[in-house]
Amino acid sequence: MEANTIIGTVNKKGQKIVEPEYLFFEAPRQQYFMTGSEVVREAIRRASVDISVAYPITPQSEAAAMVGDLYVEGYVGDYFRGESEFAVMSQCAGASFGGARVFTTTSGPGTLRAYENFPMWAGSRLPILINVMVRGINSPLNIQPDTLELGMILDTGMLIWHAETAQELLDYLLKGYIVAEEPDVHLPIAVVIDGFFVSHTKDMVMIPSADLALPPYNPYRSPVPCMDMEVPPVRMMRDPFVMKSNYISYATHASWQQEIRAAIERSRKHTIRLIGGLIEEENSDADILIVSSGTAVAQGREAIRLLAEEGIRVGIVKVKTLRPFPHEEIRQATKNAKLIFVPEFNVVGWMAREIKAVIPDNHRVIEGPHVAGGMTMPPEVIVEEIKKVLAGKKEVVRG
Amino acid sequence: MGKEKIKICDEFYDIMPPEYRELVDSATYGKEGRGWKDVGVAKELIEEHSLCAGCPESIAFRYVLACLPNPEDTVMVGSTGCTSLVFPHVAVHNIHSLFGNQNAVASGLKRALAHRFPGKIKDVVVLAGDGATVDIGLDMTLQSWFRQEKFVTICFDNELYANTGGQESGLMQKGFVSKMAPAGKKFDKVKLPEIAQESGCHYVATLTVSKPNRVEKAIRQAVLIAREVGPTYIQLYTPCILEIGKQAMEGLQEMRDSEGPNERFAFKEYISEEAKAYLASLEKEKKPAAISSTQA
Repeated sequence: MEANTIIGTVNKKGQKIVEPEYLFFEAPRQQYFMTGSEVVREAIRRASVDISVAYPITPQSEAAAMVGDLYVEGYVGDYFRGESEFAVMSQCAGASFGGARVFTTTSGPGTLRAYENFPMWAGSRLPILINVMVRGINSPLNIQPDTLELGMILDTGMLIWHAETAQELLDYLLKGYIVAEEPDVHLPIAVVIDGFFVSHTKDMVMIPSADLALPPYNPYRSPVPCMDMEVPPVRMMRDPFVMKSNYISYATHASWQQEIRAAIERSRKHTIRLIGGLIEEENSDADILIVSSGTAVAQGREAIRLLAEEGIRVGIVKVKTLRPFPHEEIRQATKNAKLIFVPEFNVVGWMAREIKAVIPDNHRVIEGPHVAGGMTMPPEVIVEEIKKVLAGKKEVVRG
Repeated sequence: MGKEKIKICDEFYDIMPPEYRELVDSATYGKEGRGWKDVGVAKELIEEHSLCAGCPESIAFRYVLACLPNPEDTVMVGSTGCTSLVFPHVAVHNIHSLFGNQNAVASGLKRALAHRFPGKIKDVVVLAGDGATVDIGLDMTLQSWFRQEKFVTICFDNELYANTGGQESGLMQKGFVSKMAPAGKKFDKVKLPEIAQESGCHYVATLTVSKPNRVEKAIRQAVLIAREVGPTYIQLYTPCILEIGKQAMEGLQEMRDSEGPNERFAFKEYISEEAKAYLASLEKEKKPAAISSTQA
């Protein structure tokens, strides 16, 4: 196919175009100690991105600015600052409609300002990759991490992967393009990290050589026409299905929405192959489980260690993809658990709701602990919550 | 693209939709002299549309389509409104994404096309109503001009939100009573042509669609200047006869009445010095060619 002919060639920047699998699993990697923002830069350096649009909002500003440096260095085709997140996501849409591989970043209130675009991206089958660095949503004013915005983005028709570490951030950014651009998926993807915890702290990351890059996006593998006039215009559509009140238009609209949801589910096979399953388990045969995503999992791991010191055995299930949601995997992993704790960095507990919706006997789910407004979640808070419930000091079954 | 690309495989010719066969056989694509006179002859310039009987926007739409110098490599970006009902009938790719974000979408699109097809002409034309251009999308309209994005913005100014039933818009005349302006609009019609000029547009024109030659010239100049020099803006009066209380046959007269020397849509045109120089260079290119052909 066309993609094969480009493998082994060299791009304008002198990077060798390699098979994605080679870049992900075989290419030698070197260890670096860098912030999440720098990791974003290194992922995008290798991602053959055509266009990136940026707008400042903490904590994603730094990464967005670093992508600008890549543009000056010649690794990114075009780059500019939009006038607001709504405009940025619209500019990304235009670029993607035109057949470009697109990258942008957002955070908190910016994500909400941009919001109307996300279901439009999905409905238009635009495989834009957006790095969401979650933070609090006003008011009261807060720039610290909070995953409330993620709960709101769940049902836009996008793929959503939640990275726990800088290493996952690097891998998800690169692998995300490959899954999102598959013809049977072809949807936007949000690669999420918890702002500051991942974006602004340094971590050890294994990175392949900067001389290697992903194959560029091939817009003609899209299930909808690319808007570049290189293929015949769709003049044969004599009956507009938009806004016309007839049975066909209703049926088209309804089935299109279903198709987007089906495409999310179809992404599983590609995702499982590339990121090794939609969940990760540790001691999942324990009576008590912690189930969560992002850095709440990291704090959960520490809580497990503290509890083990006291002879309490607790397991953990890490949810890597929020869309597709790993229903069956979570059902299996939690089938023997008596209590399921869901620590979350938000006030509403959307992750607990998601889990409750897919498992039997969901009175086993303890919603929390919750921290919100940018508070950190010390492992002791998780430990305390678990002990309270075990001591019968907290009601387990909730109405 | 060109007509070559839309040729039908011989074996499939008889089973292709008649509209498609017609497009391939006799579209105005690739013809240098295409213009408004092709309206009514070429089927791809909207044979049918879903607008109201007598709607001035429908004829404006046809003129715009007929006057695109390079339809085979033009992508149009629309916005929510009556235009989004017509676009599916049009033989030019178009994008309708959200209400008001047309200039932002066009910015990304134009840059993507410039990146993917360096050295190839790819025109982007925004076509939206006054609500999308001047109210909800004003920020993105202006910012695309500030950034000198190389595409045309055409505003179908009907001085109200027609598609939603005649509410007040920024381009509505002061004092006009409409839904959401029950005591009459309190402020003047927004001076977008002047703002466009100040914001960096290299070509700005205000007119109605009652004179097709004039529309044709404006559209062609706007596209050519946007392609090479920078952003351009055209504001066309396309009254919503339904919402201002006119009969189906009165649209043309309404436009004529509004383009008198002291009226709101008196013909005005601004061309930047850079754009003038560019147009002059195009003229020069034409002339030697004409001389050489006569000599030959």
